[in-house]
Amino acid sequence: MKIFFHFGRYFMLMKRSFGKPEKLSIFRNRIFEEITILGVNSLGIVAIISVFMGAVITIQSAFNFENPLVPTYAIGVAVRDSMILEFSPAIVSLILAGKVGSSIASEIGTMRVTEQIDALEIMGVNSAGYLIQPKIIASVLFNPVLIIFSMFLGILGGYIFGVMAGVVSDNQFIEGITHDFRPYNVVYALIKSAVFAFLIASVPAYHGYYTNGGALEVGRSSTKGVVYTSVLILAFDLILTQLLLA
Amino acid sequence: MIIGESGSGKTTLLKCMVGLNEIDSGEVLFDDRNFYKLNFKEKKEIRKEIGMLFQGGALFDSKTAEENVVFPLSMFTDLTESEKRDRANFCLQRVNLENANNLFPSELSGGMKKRVAIARAIAVQPKYLFCDEPNSGLDPKTSIVIDNLIKEITEEYDITTIVITHDMNSVIEIGDNIMFIYKGEKWWEGSKEEILKTENKEVCDFVYATKFMKDLKSKF
Repeated sequence: MKIFFHFGRYFMLMKRSFGKPEKLSIFRNRIFEEITILGVNSLGIVAIISVFMGAVITIQSAFNFENPLVPTYAIGVAVRDSMILEFSPAIVSLILAGKVGSSIASEIGTMRVTEQIDALEIMGVNSAGYLIQPKIIASVLFNPVLIIFSMFLGILGGYIFGVMAGVVSDNQFIEGITHDFRPYNVVYALIKSAVFAFLIASVPAYHGYYTNGGALEVGRSSTKGVVYTSVLILAFDLILTQLLLA
Repeated sequence: MIIGESGSGKTTLLKCMVGLNEIDSGEVLFDDRNFYKLNFKEKKEIRKEIGMLFQGGALFDSKTAEENVVFPLSMFTDLTESEKRDRANFCLQRVNLENANNLFPSELSGGMKKRVAIARAIAVQPKYLFCDEPNSGLDPKTSIVIDNLIKEITEEYDITTIVITHDMNSVIEIGDNIMFIYKGEKWWEGSKEEILKTENKEVCDFVYATKFMKDLKSKF
């Protein structure tokens, strides 16, 4: 029964979050601030993860494609499709759920337990709208950028490490990544990443917003936020894949 | 002033008054406007008339002292940037904080945080000021400074101020009308002079709990 309580409270909070902002100029600045905090500051971790994922997929594909009937350029195809279809949108989103999600839950949770949210409410500010809406919008706007960045770097990482390790030549890899390319796969990945971005910002924000107690509870909210976001990302990954690809 | 033991319901009462907690029964009137019967927009208007000093200050961690004071002005006024800064500087000077404009809350002492919080509360010239244990965590000297500041601001700006405290020094320093809460209920109400003379057992147990107050009583 508790799940319905949380479900209802989450949607009520989202409704409040998307109320009309008090001042558009402040709201716009908040969105840019959040794009920097949640998006731009994640470029480094996304770059590192993507390059290594691409490299590992290349080497694993080469190891599995030892059959002479499978052309070597299939390594490029495997890297491209793996990165675009799953690794960049889903795995990077899971990593961001950990990094960004815990930061959102602990920031809002700390504001709750130190009465900063109450202070906003007393001033007549819609605290949910002021704190949560810019995070969601920034995340939904910038996550697809991060995912495209990840796709590019993953494929580049696979190319560099594949050629360096001698498992594939540069011509074969490039032939692979251009072979039977379907632009719709990128659209599918971007739709997924936008949905995941909404979850990454809103679910931890919900847990942070309703934190009760002190520092210990802020930590618990942060953990809960990350765990529930990760599970929801996996569930929505399955649902969206079935809806968009099947 | 609302006084009472820890856990007696003082802060809960205050949160009900300012609309942070929902009430089960009764009414909260601001100039005959029943807060809990108003719509969202009307409640918002009343909240703009309220300033609040929280127990821990509740300053925004990511903003400097000046930005904290500027914040309500940015949200609810059409002042220019320089006008907002002038007003913030005026409020910070009024609470005797001239050189703390660019300090973050983590760089401020407990007393300074309270003063910035008072400056933020008075920035938009509220009609009502609510203070939740303004002296908690402060040394006696700083407590007196904060008490006096609250009293001066109340008189200077003609504000209705409600202070929650369990500090009898504050009650004697700045109290006009005093209400004693006991086990979640209003137990006693009267003036500063009356509370020192009351025979009510629960009130006496609270008021004369310290040696200082017992000595004070013996002098009368």
